Amino acid sequence: MSAELDLAARVVELTRRLAGAAAEAEVVAAHSAEALTRFANSAIHQNVAEATTTVRLRLHLDGRTAGGSTTVTDADGLRSLVERTIAAARLSPPDTAWPGLTPPTPLLAAPGFDEATAAAGPEERATRVREFVRAAGGLETAGYCRTAYASGGFANTLGQAVKGRSADAAMDGIARLAGADGVARRAGGRLTDLDGAELGAIAAAKARAGAQPIELPPGRYEVVLEPTAVADLLDNLAGFGFNGKAFAQHQSFAELGAQQFDESITIADEPLGATLPFDAEGTPRDTLILVEAGVTRAVSHDRTSAAEAGTVSTGHASPASRSWGPIAADLRLAPAPAPAGASGRPPGSAPGGVPDRSSGSAPGGGGQTGTGPVAATARALMAGMHRGLLVTDLWYTRVLDQKSLVVTGLTRNGVWLVENGEVTAAVGNLRFTQSYPQALGPGSVLGIGTETVALPDRWSGVRYTAPALHLASWNFTGNASG
Amino acid sequence: MDHFDEAGAAVEAALDAGARYADARVMLRRTEIMSARDGEIEDLSSDESAGIGVRALVGSSWGFYAVPDLSAAAARAAGRRAAEIAAASARVPGPAIDLVPARAQTASWASPCEVDPLSVPLSTKGDLLVAATAAARDAGADLAEGLYQIWDTRKWFVSSEGHRIDQHVRECGAGITASAYGDSEIQRRSWPSHRGQYASRGWELVDELALTDHAARMADEARALLTAPLCPSEETTLILGGEQLALQIHESVGHAIELDRILGWEAAFAGTSWLDLGRLGSLRYGSELMNITIDPTIPGALGSFGYDDEGSPAVKRDAVRDGIWVGVLAGRDSAAVAGLDYAGSVRSDGWARLPMVRMTNVGLEPGPHTLDEMIAATDDGVFMDINRSWSIDDRRLNFQFGCEIGYEIKNGKRGRMLRNPTYTGIGPKFWQSMDMLSSETVAWGTPNCGKGQPGQVGHTGHPAAPARFTGVRVGVRG
Repeated sequence: MSAELDLAARVVELTRRLAGAAAEAEVVAAHSAEALTRFANSAIHQNVAEATTTVRLRLHLDGRTAGGSTTVTDADGLRSLVERTIAAARLSPPDTAWPGLTPPTPLLAAPGFDEATAAAGPEERATRVREFVRAAGGLETAGYCRTAYASGGFANTLGQAVKGRSADAAMDGIARLAGADGVARRAGGRLTDLDGAELGAIAAAKARAGAQPIELPPGRYEVVLEPTAVADLLDNLAGFGFNGKAFAQHQSFAELGAQQFDESITIADEPLGATLPFDAEGTPRDTLILVEAGVTRAVSHDRTSAAEAGTVSTGHASPASRSWGPIAADLRLAPAPAPAGASGRPPGSAPGGVPDRSSGSAPGGGGQTGTGPVAATARALMAGMHRGLLVTDLWYTRVLDQKSLVVTGLTRNGVWLVENGEVTAAVGNLRFTQSYPQALGPGSVLGIGTETVALPDRWSGVRYTAPALHLASWNFTGNASG
Repeated sequence: MDHFDEAGAAVEAALDAGARYADARVMLRRTEIMSARDGEIEDLSSDESAGIGVRALVGSSWGFYAVPDLSAAAARAAGRRAAEIAAASARVPGPAIDLVPARAQTASWASPCEVDPLSVPLSTKGDLLVAATAAARDAGADLAEGLYQIWDTRKWFVSSEGHRIDQHVRECGAGITASAYGDSEIQRRSWPSHRGQYASRGWELVDELALTDHAARMADEARALLTAPLCPSEETTLILGGEQLALQIHESVGHAIELDRILGWEAAFAGTSWLDLGRLGSLRYGSELMNITIDPTIPGALGSFGYDDEGSPAVKRDAVRDGIWVGVLAGRDSAAVAGLDYAGSVRSDGWARLPMVRMTNVGLEPGPHTLDEMIAATDDGVFMDINRSWSIDDRRLNFQFGCEIGYEIKNGKRGRMLRNPTYTGIGPKFWQSMDMLSSETVAWGTPNCGKGQPGQVGHTGHPAAPARFTGVRVGVRG
């Protein structure tokens, strides 16, 4: 039994003692240690670390529900948590949507855990930052290198008792030259897979290729979105389209069984190895196919949204999922199958086809060698573009209408005009207003890259894995100068 | 019981480990969040967090370490660890860091609070959300949602320069939203704001919001929006309600005047700023009607405090005066780099996070008119209110906002309701077009400002009144 599972079990027992045998209780105890080395103006300026254990109790008592958490894990702190949660439950209005507890269910095997990443010190992060800065060759740089470790235990009064741990590393940085920014970022389970020098070279190559941008008039353009931009599509699809609560409340575009995407699109949530192997309700996590060959197959559920939709939880409960909905956090867009006989794929990079959690993303897969603006995974797609835009990043995207998932936002970190398969000019940043499902709709996807890249979310703790995408149309509604 | 001793032990340990400056904050925070849907409680969570965060300056770099253990031994270990982390930064050193001078403060401060929000019975608070959402549902909303949030924060700050400050900040707020479903889109109306109104006050604020009284109107308007004509796509005169203007200030002024952004410290994530320090004091940001203040002393506003998280006392300053950019939001280190002589705008969202430059109350001083007078003075235009979406570029220039509701203005009168109103522009050009400003100021609270890595959620305040702008592009569509 891990320390966290022991802690969770003790709180369950304490709850039983204080609230009675009829109480339904679930407890998550999670220890997290996150460290992040941040650099700007080519120097480390913030270097932070924290280690926290949080105990979260949810209690259903006499038809009423309350939740609570504490970071005070001594005997007094735990007793206080239980007592105030009991008091809150007794004073709460009735909860008619209570879905009950997760019954005892075994976990699925998760990929290996990297002890070295979990234990990494500030020197290891600083070394990667130094390599990034050096590789940028004198350009101004900024970004971060992060490592995180989590160990958790879950127990409930129905007998479910599970534990697990995960480690995570990420690096994200820009290089700047005369107002042009280039970016490179990667996520993964092993810090040793993050190559600061490679990433710095990529970012610098993009920045150098971004000089003297032209401005283009608004309009619909054919685009190649690099994996960094595709991650934003996955983010918004996860939060608003595949959100089980939004689906149950008819606020999502998702229609199960309908061909809503191009047949080349397959999207899955692949949490095992990226996070704890169970959710906040103790439901084991597993790969969830959301879209298969363009057909919407599933949305992500916790127990409450699943009950409302007449199905079962998919293991996406979080402390906030009853309010904000259960959201998948490890989406992967499947790459296109590699051409027959192709041998250029880096070892470990993900092959095409239906997602397979055994295949990780390549360190360096989808990167480039430090010349030019185009990610390797996007080159073949760009070659097929008559006239369009190569887009590195989408930024500050916000939903205008949730049902149609119309999103506005801007490009960032590099846009280029592509004519007859060649980059012909850097382009100033553009604003867009675009329905994401429509952009990925039947007949709208002209190509998908054959390699995927694992990318960290801008916030934290979320990972997206994406190839480049060639889309027939993207609606740019203005440029950054007005 | 205070926690100065633990904070002091952490500071001493950091100095002993080689720091040339150190500070420590012990924070205890209780939060309570309840949400309701369609007349039933959906979720209730009561959370408690306690810990110490230590900041150590070694050479040219900060180190920060935080633990949830308030024993003296853990505090000393955290202090040593913060100094070790700072020392590791020497592998990629930057220019020397100085701190603008500060007078050691020994002080105690508490936010105003008439009714302790955590002492209000849960059943009372729940009944309010149940009644308000039931009223909206009964009035025809396809989905009615309500939410309140409470934060009760105590903190003890000690620095190696002699600060000993404790503060007790109580914040709360609430709001409701009614949604109506059409065949292909959803319309929403919210009261009093798209995420509610929040302040550093007690439960009396929530009582004043009178959520249930406005529920039926929200439902009616959401349904009406489904069949209202689309906002026209044109360049026209735009009048913004105060709530939307508050977010306009937040995004296109507040973030732009953050000194850490101007200095490039947030370049990779939050972005930079179009502002150039060389033009501080001379750059025209907006029309002469534009007077923006940085004022953490406003009683009860969400961005108010007695002292920031590095011990600087709350002081009101100008950011824009008569349309000219004159001030920034700064911390002691960023101010020293920029050659400025003031700080006072550094906060963190908890004991586990490094304090950073944050908006306090960044607001627009009122003008001489009323909303009705501005509408009466407008021959042809659009009125928009209550934010629905917000997006701005990484230099804080190009923005596009959507509002929940719009109305056409014809010949000085408010006309038809308009659906999906949006507007777009470039910050300084937009602010220079402001030609009328109302006196009807409200200090809107923004409880969800994201910044920093690891991410932090800031609480900011924005006094704002309705204002009129000319030549604005509206009706951007996908």
